[in-house]
Formats: sequence, C-alpha cells, structure tokens
Amino acid sequence: MSAPVLAVERLSVALAGRPVLREISFTIEPGEFTGLIGSNGAGKTTLLRAILGLRTRGSTTSGQVLVGGAARARRNPLIGYVPQKVQLDPDVPLRARDLVALGIDGHRLGFALPSRRRHAQVDEMLDAVGAREFAEARVGELSGGEQQRVLLAHALMGHPRLLLLDEPLANLDLRSVGEVVALIARIASEQQLAVLISAHEINPLLPVMDRILYLAGGRAVHGTVDEVVRADVLTGLYGHPVDVLHVHGRVLVVAEVAAGAGADPTAVPSGVEVVS
Amino acid sequence: MTAAAAIVASGFFSSSSVRTALAVGAAVALVSAPLGVFTVIRSQSFAGEALGDTGTTGGAGGFLVGVGPLWGFLVINVAAGALMELLGVQRSRGRDLATGVVLGAGLGLAALFFYLDSTLHNTSGAPITVLFGSLFTVESSTLPLVLVFGVLVLAVLAVIARPLLLASTSPELAAARGVRVGLVGFAYLLSLSLSVALCAITIGSILSTALLIGPAAASLRIARRPGRAIVLAAGLGVAATWLGVLLAYDSFEWSASHPWPVSFFVVALVFVEYLLCGLVGSRHRAHPTVLDTAPPATLGG
Repeated sequence: MSAPVLAVERLSVALAGRPVLREISFTIEPGEFTGLIGSNGAGKTTLLRAILGLRTRGSTTSGQVLVGGAARARRNPLIGYVPQKVQLDPDVPLRARDLVALGIDGHRLGFALPSRRRHAQVDEMLDAVGAREFAEARVGELSGGEQQRVLLAHALMGHPRLLLLDEPLANLDLRSVGEVVALIARIASEQQLAVLISAHEINPLLPVMDRILYLAGGRAVHGTVDEVVRADVLTGLYGHPVDVLHVHGRVLVVAEVAAGAGADPTAVPSGVEVVS
Repeated sequence: MTAAAAIVASGFFSSSSVRTALAVGAAVALVSAPLGVFTVIRSQSFAGEALGDTGTTGGAGGFLVGVGPLWGFLVINVAAGALMELLGVQRSRGRDLATGVVLGAGLGLAALFFYLDSTLHNTSGAPITVLFGSLFTVESSTLPLVLVFGVLVLAVLAVIARPLLLASTSPELAAARGVRVGLVGFAYLLSLSLSVALCAITIGSILSTALLIGPAAASLRIARRPGRAIVLAAGLGVAATWLGVLLAYDSFEWSASHPWPVSFFVVALVFVEYLLCGLVGSRHRAHPTVLDTAPPATLGG
C-alpha cells in the first residue's frame, strides 16, 4: 500500500493565543474523498491553511503535516487549493481562461507568451470542468457556480495529488451545489485525486464522501460516515447530548439541549438542521 | 493653407521644447499604462493619488535645494511608498489609513517647502509648476532620466508580471502557490512610486493620477484580458499627451497672451477617453461575442 497523501499528526494551532485546533491527527489515502465538516469558526479554514503551510499573523503551530510523506514546503505542487470566498471584481480584465492559465505557472517570474500548447492545455481543463462556454468571459462576471468551476480548473492545472477546497458550496444555489459536488467527485475518481473539502452541511457530500473529519471545539473525529455521524461519537465531540436522525435519506444532527446558549463554540453546525 | 497646417500651428515640430514634451509625454504614458492597469486591478488608486499628492513635497523640496523637481518627486515618492508599506498598506484594513496618514504628513512638509521657496529663493512660480506641471518647461536634459527610470519600472513589472497578476486577483491563491505576496506587493508599490513621479513631471503632482489611472480605467471598460488592457491604456495615454501638447501649442495661436496649460488639455482628453470607452464598452457588453475571435492573451494566458 502506498503512503498516505496527507498525514497530520498532533496538529495544534492557536490564533492570538486562543487555541483553535487541539492535537488533530488524521491521514488521507490517495484518491480518498474526505469531507471536513464543522460550524463557522470550528477551525476548518485554519486547518486547511496549516496543511498548506500558510502562516497567519500572530498564530502558533505545533505538530506535523506530511504531504506525500514529506514535510510541507513553501510551495507544494502536490496540493491544489481553492480558497474560501475569492473576491473577483467584474471590472478586473481577467477571463476565465486567463485565471486557469495562471494555474500552470502563475507563481513564476516573468510573463507568459501566448502559445498553442498553453491554449490547448487550458481548453482541455476547461472542458474537464464544463467551463468552456464561458471561457472568454471576465471571471468576475460569472455566477458563483461558474466561478467555482474556473477556480477548480485553476487548482487542477498543476496536476496535484491532493485537492483542498474551502467551502466551495457556500453561497451556491441548490442546483449548483449538486452539480459542483458531482463534478468534484467525478474528477477525483478519474484522476485518482484525494480531496479534502470543507462544508458546514453534511448532506450534499453524503453520496460522495469516503471519510469524514468532523471538527468541533478545536477537536476532531475522523472515520467513515457511519463511524462518525453517530449520537454517541458526536456527543463525545461536542461535550453535550447530540442526537443523529435519518430523515428521507438526509442526516440531521440535533442538539438535545435547548438552543439559546449564545455563541457557544461547541454549538451544532449552523447549516445542519437543529431541532431543540 | 493646408488642413494639416490649420491643425498644427507653425513651428510645432521645429520647436525643441515641443519635441521634448512629446518624448517625455509618450515615455510617461507608456510606463503608466501597465502600472495603471495593475493599480486599478488592485484597487489601490487611492495609494496612487496619495503618492502623487505627497510628491508635491518632493517637487517643492527639489526647487529648494536646486536639483529640479524630478529628483524631488522620485526621492519623496519612493520614501512615501516605503513608509506606506511599513505602516501597513498591504493589509486591506490598514491600507487607506496608512495612505492617508502619509499623505497628510507629506502635504504639511510641502506647505513648508513652498513657503521657503518663495521667501529664500523668490521662486514664486514653483507651486504652479510642481502642482499642475508644465510639460513645455521640461528641460531636454531631463529626458534621459525619464527614460532610465521608465525602463527600470517596466523591467521590474515584466519580471513580477505573473505573480503580481495572481496576487492582485487573489492574495490567498497566490500565497498557496508559494508567491511571496508581500514582497511582490512591495515591488509593485515601489514601481508605482517611480511611475507617479514620472507622471508628476509631465502634468504636475496633483494631476499625476489622472495620467496614471485615467487611461487604464478607460481601457478596462473595454479590454477583457490584462495584456490587451495594457496595450490599449498605452495607446490612450500617448494619444492624450500628444494631442494635449498639440492643443496647448495651438492655444498660443488663439490667444498669445493667454495660452491654456498643457496639463489641462491632457487631463480633459483622458476624461473624454474614459467616457468614450464607457460607450464602446457597454456596446461590447451587449454583444460579447464580438471580441471572441482574438488570439491567446499575452499575459497569464
């Protein structure tokens, strides 16, 4: 069996002295699709940034992150990344095609001269994510779902082995959510690409997740959906009674205590239906 | 009298100050185009404006110590750019604040220098020259200096073009790919400082942003890719400065005692270009396929 594409060992991150992640450990095998689930503020973005080796001002990090068996480098070509909320202004003269092309060599100095080969490479990737028809439009003028496709193509241009996606489903309409999830799952299986995708809602990812990494209160549980999304496991994670209901094929994580505890960091994910 | 002679007043091309004005104007417009496009993409127009205004201090100081305004603009603009960087211009929240603080301090010094200029050297024309420029009074010896710094700015931009474009689009995306976003931003800011100084010598410190931002903003209403935007902005900039020089020269014919300043014509023409590009742009937006027959982009494409 080959080495895991990502191994995180006892990773702790504190922002301005406040612990956000406490001793998180998990591995992702090649080609594995992992959902990173947690409410807003649970530390999903912090975890993804730590895996990328991006430092946040005033943060302290301990523990180990091994990508493809090696310690993280400043730029790791094994990882493709789509950050959360990329603000793309409609006035910026950058076509979808240009942003995808920056995925080839946007980090290199100098400027790229037009070439048939680059054009063909970009076309191929635009086709793969179904973005060919709006390739010539300015990125900022595209809809949220279209932008996600373009950003995905940008991240895939470097042929990564691990794809980190930070809340790619946020602010998408229901139909786009389904389309983007299906697209990511299809590309991941076609390219034997491991995926770590953060979301505050479990349900859209249920059909495609191999594993789930559930974050709450700075701690995490990792395993298959059946192992993790259980009343006893989540009760242990949240530190207060939680029930898991299956309704019409959807999973509802329900807090048993009455809501109204205010901004409790261990609160049930906001996107998950809560019945109190 | 031919049509050309009716448009171009006699002696236009034989005048050495006109030739210097045309050369300096074109060089500055060419350098400003890529800088302006990146400045608009990065939403740092206010930093550009502040650098221009702060440059007033340099121009006034240049008169005071007798080295000419261009050196003053260059030194003070680079210092102001570095100071803004130190005070946090890269962090979006601190950016406007840092810019504003440096701007205020700089203009205070400018007031002092102008006062000293007029009392110590009796150069009462200095404020007008520094603030609003006078392309016809640029000495031909200034041209080599403009070219050297212009080439320097373009060289820096050519080197950082791709990472700068990526970092300007999304700092997060760039950082994840290993781009040193802060360093690239600083290199851009220093290039901007130099470029604003060149604009200031052309149309004055207060109006310098018009030449930096105007053609770029106009081109962005039409162009959909970075390379095209830069080429179009360069064309618009050169057109505005050259036509401005011509009209200002012609205004001697209209009224020899009260010719209009060249800076006015340049800025007015840039504004007209901006309006016209808006009209053309909205027509293209309505029929976006019109531009789709283009070959691959030159920058990042």
